[in-house]
Amino acid sequence: MPSDDVMKQATLKGIAGRDAYGLTLAQLGKENENIVVMAADALESTKGIYFAKEFPERTFNFGIAEANMVGAAAGMALRGKVPVVAFYGFLTMRVCEQVRTDICYPRLNVKIAATASGLAMGAGGSTHHGLEDIAIMRSFPNMTIVCPASPIETVKATRAVIADHDGPVYLRLVRGADFGGTEELYDREDIPFEIGKAIILNEGEDVSIVATGQVVGLALQAGRALEREGISARVINMHTVKPIDVEAIKRAAKETTGIVTIEEHSTIGGLGDAVCSVVCEECIPTRVRKIGIRDKFCSVGPTSELWSKYGLSKENIIDVAKSIVQD
Amino acid sequence: MEITGALVATLSKKAKENRQIIVDVFKGGGHFGGSFSCTDILTVLYNSVMNVDPANPKWEGRDYFILSKGHANGALATVLATRGFYSCEQLETFNCLDSPFGEHPTQKMPGVEIPTGSLGHGLSIGVGIALSLKLDKKDSKVYVLMGDGELHEGQVWEAMQAAPKWGLDNLIAIVDRNRLSMDGPTESVSMPLEPLVDKWSSFNWAVKTVDGHDVRALLEVSSAIPFRTGSPSVIIANTVKGKGVSFMEGDYNWHYGLLNEETRRQALSEIAEAR
Repeated sequence: MPSDDVMKQATLKGIAGRDAYGLTLAQLGKENENIVVMAADALESTKGIYFAKEFPERTFNFGIAEANMVGAAAGMALRGKVPVVAFYGFLTMRVCEQVRTDICYPRLNVKIAATASGLAMGAGGSTHHGLEDIAIMRSFPNMTIVCPASPIETVKATRAVIADHDGPVYLRLVRGADFGGTEELYDREDIPFEIGKAIILNEGEDVSIVATGQVVGLALQAGRALEREGISARVINMHTVKPIDVEAIKRAAKETTGIVTIEEHSTIGGLGDAVCSVVCEECIPTRVRKIGIRDKFCSVGPTSELWSKYGLSKENIIDVAKSIVQD
Repeated sequence: MEITGALVATLSKKAKENRQIIVDVFKGGGHFGGSFSCTDILTVLYNSVMNVDPANPKWEGRDYFILSKGHANGALATVLATRGFYSCEQLETFNCLDSPFGEHPTQKMPGVEIPTGSLGHGLSIGVGIALSLKLDKKDSKVYVLMGDGELHEGQVWEAMQAAPKWGLDNLIAIVDRNRLSMDGPTESVSMPLEPLVDKWSSFNWAVKTVDGHDVRALLEVSSAIPFRTGSPSVIIANTVKGKGVSFMEGDYNWHYGLLNEETRRQALSEIAEAR
């Protein structure tokens, strides 16, 4: 388990996901001297800075040159280091070939922490939105993709992927502090975190809501609202998009009338498609409706308003869930 | 290490044998041009420069080698075989289903640190290995062999910036400067690289140029590594693409090619007769 200090800080309301990650990383650095941290001139904003203060000799700033950094991470991992490489989520596209060829193909123990994923840098515009990364990373053999939903889950996930997992990991972090709707998660240190095992946040029988990352909070809010209207919603936190929890999806498909998926990502190739793939291949007759960014570049704007504009909202989840139940 | 006439003769003979084997490794077609341009370099590195243990390729004290120009794997696979990493008979599976030996290095190949072949990646990987060696206070060196056409890739210049930042004098880049990329001469067709020495120098690398087919010169330049304490070293090895076979030499069409029985005989005979 994470140290009490880190847990305490991560459970403070308002802490950002990336800080929860950075604090945990610094803690892990004390436990394993092979961990090295690499940044591309974003050491502070990707929160490697906590680690850097404790372990400057194990911190490497590669300047604004992500491809070289990823290649160097592969070289470090060849000699038993555990490189943790951080950059903004949209830059996953910049380095995807290096990640595929230099890290996934030889199955090296490199951890990629993508901060500011999804629409976190809303005002940055589409140049800075990271909405394709899950799709790209899903297609690489040997890659594990984890998207924590809350600071407390970020602490657990960071430890799980760095300390307890040998192999390439894509850790998709959120930037900001607003984890609206995940109050339960703040207080639930007892929820076990296991890579590849979905967390059923609410048992339900009428409809399933499968979410990953920061929008798990919206799924929880929607689930509660549906309950008030007499619709029993199963809320599933699919923090690991790959390898996905096939059994949780099969149960949802069989035991409820349909599945709503929600992700702060394109609806092409992300969580929704992963869920569809399971139900199709398992031949389970059901209905899956995907909420996410529908094959478009998004506008400039505050993240919360972009979420509303593109359907990442409690209301939209409720409408879509009802459309399944009432169909 | 003393550079004697006998050593030079032994290595020259070995390079010749390696070229002969490569001809048959590529019986189904192969990257002749870029493999022959670096055969002498690889032969010298593996037999007289690098610390390696063929019986234990992962030996902790080894020097590291990255074939960034992965398409020359026919040459690397052959040089490793004749150095004793595995038998030459095993090369008969080259390019066959499930073989450890393909057109580009795979991790199934004994002696290979990491798969390569997508150009521009190797020097960055070398930077990472060299950094970790410094971190662990180990004396091993890291050799990265690159094609000259490969230097068109932007990532190479990112790695060139990074290595001097950390004073990686345990990192040695070798540029196989055969002046031809797949579409033709680098300077007139694909992308000019000159002034290449000045470019590396201005990136704070210690540069030496050498005739990449002169075994004695290759031994001499290698004995001077690092060329400058605290700086990464680069050897610009001037080479001839397709070296050793007259109809391949300097012809970019032999970047990749297939020999028939007649041209195969001619190639083997020319290699055998070369001084």
